[in-house]
Amino acid sequence: MIIDINFIGLIIASIMASAVPLILASCGELITERSGVLNLGVEGMMIIGAISGFALMTVTGSLIIAVFGAMLAGVLISTIFAFLTQTLITNHVATGLALTIFGIGISAMIGKNFVGIPGKEFPVLFEGLKDTIPLLGPILFGHSIVFYFAFALPFITSYFLKKTKIGLIVRAVGDSPDSASNQGINVRLVRYACILYGGAMSGLAGAYLSMIYTPQWIENMTGGRGWIALALVVFSTWNPIKILIGAMIFGGLTIIQFHMQAIGVRIPVQFLTALPYIVTIIVLVVISRDSRKIRLSTPSSLGKSFHKDN
Amino acid sequence: MHKFFIRSFVSSLVLLFTFTVAAIAKDVKAAFVYIGPTGDHGWTYQHDVGRKAVEAAGFKTTYVEGVPESADAERVLRQLANSGHDVIFTTSFGYMNPTNKVAKEFPNVKFEHATGYKREHPNVSTYAARFYEGRTILGTIAGTMTKSNVIGYVASFPIPEVIRGINSFTLAAQKVNPNIKTKIVWAFTWYDPGKEAEAAKALIDQGADVIAQHTDSTAIVQIAEKAGVYAFGQASDMDKFAPKAVLTSVENNWGPYYVDRVKAVANGTWSQKDTWHGIGDGMVVISDLDSQMPADLRSKVKKLQADLASGKVHSFTGPIYDQKGNLMVAEGKTADDGMLAGMMTYVKGVEGDIPK
Repeated sequence: MIIDINFIGLIIASIMASAVPLILASCGELITERSGVLNLGVEGMMIIGAISGFALMTVTGSLIIAVFGAMLAGVLISTIFAFLTQTLITNHVATGLALTIFGIGISAMIGKNFVGIPGKEFPVLFEGLKDTIPLLGPILFGHSIVFYFAFALPFITSYFLKKTKIGLIVRAVGDSPDSASNQGINVRLVRYACILYGGAMSGLAGAYLSMIYTPQWIENMTGGRGWIALALVVFSTWNPIKILIGAMIFGGLTIIQFHMQAIGVRIPVQFLTALPYIVTIIVLVVISRDSRKIRLSTPSSLGKSFHKDN
Repeated sequence: MHKFFIRSFVSSLVLLFTFTVAAIAKDVKAAFVYIGPTGDHGWTYQHDVGRKAVEAAGFKTTYVEGVPESADAERVLRQLANSGHDVIFTTSFGYMNPTNKVAKEFPNVKFEHATGYKREHPNVSTYAARFYEGRTILGTIAGTMTKSNVIGYVASFPIPEVIRGINSFTLAAQKVNPNIKTKIVWAFTWYDPGKEAEAAKALIDQGADVIAQHTDSTAIVQIAEKAGVYAFGQASDMDKFAPKAVLTSVENNWGPYYVDRVKAVANGTWSQKDTWHGIGDGMVVISDLDSQMPADLRSKVKKLQADLASGKVHSFTGPIYDQKGNLMVAEGKTADDGMLAGMMTYVKGVEGDIPK
């Protein structure tokens, strides 16, 4: 096998492409969790985004409507979660699980008529520049707009949480809803907004899968990626940059293990298949050892319902 | 006492009525149990096409989709048997034990189990398709069309069905092109578009210019289309997903068998059988051959197809050696069905080990 520099570039590009849905969903869930809400419905919101994006693309023929429609679908389904957990004060864990089951079921029902329809070509940017720079060319150019957005998102999220006033409010609500409420912050409103934002990002992640990554609709096509996104948030100790690292390692190992199989490396295949999960957890645990920092970034009231007595 | 008599009178009336209705209505009702959704555009989808053929032949059918291969299967089977179905088709390997168990409780209901080997009661038949014959055709095409001499193969799980496919594919490819290598990647899934796409990408990056698959989604042919390499459709005709990449597809065609068996139930001629049909009986169908293939290859494939159908050519004709060079099938002999059913070794020319 010839290992040329463009080959490595191609591999890195496909690793990045497979990390996109994880980054999007994780960064969305991160904001939700930083406001103190644990939404286990990521998988359900993702699959709703996937079917909505694909269905709208097929029906309207417009990619823009489809992408925004998928995000809106994520918002709508997360509104149910928000209403239940914030207004009716239901348990976060149970409601989130229900949301996932609901999402998978309803997406299958809507999707009945969209099976077996080929997807549309999604436009890519800077295609012509791909061959101009060796190694970096295929990494930097020739991707969809969602791809570039996903790789900017962790940095935007980090900036938002650390440097902006609204980011501070979100963190305050997540750490101590009572103090925040005493300061005159509408805790419920902030949490609603964070839940809906998480829904939008999960919807976008789903749309990426059904419209760009493997353009088609098949039942259950998210294949557990929502759960991996959830795990990434926790193992990255609620740090967006570490989410990026974790998603890249996870995507990277998934793809490299296929390459190792194709080259004929004599390692048991079952071990190679488990490798992405094991290594991602180990790496994230190792880079997040500082207990003081963990305490700082863990939303202290995560998953606890907030009652305002009035 | 009085109440008791009324009750028994009413219930015997009801019973009598039921029997009369059953005797008058001779309509045969068939039920189908599916592992996946009918919308998977693969395995279950093709079974449902078969069910529709039964419906078109004038019989009533019902189906239950997404039935797990667990105690749930038993419950569903029992319910179907109880609700007046005369023949029940169970279309996944994992329904083997539930089918036999429930068959014992309902001796008057006929059971047909796909891809299994247990027929513990006289009312259980089994049926499967010789997909490996289709893979002989794909191997012939792949060996001829490859320029890099590297052929990629995305496999699902290391079971005889899949190993047999890999072997039959490789043997056929070697026959037309002794220099080819088959690179196998195990995805450990039947059906995960994202994962299948990643596996196919890895194979293409490593120089494969023809990709075969034994997983169910259309992701692989779409990746092949984007990368400008060739691929084959699985279970159903996938040409519309990748018009340039797909050279042909191997389709599962259950319809004729289903109609045949339901008719047998209606005529009272149904008896226990083990069916393993291939191209000859039309259970395995080769889709249209793409015009990108040279004319002489197309005519060669047509001839091979006819020879496989007539039995003149067998996919596993000796001499066949395994990876270590041990003789598996002697010159002039063909592998028997017992050997095919339990095939768990690679033939010479396949790279790598079978995962254990």
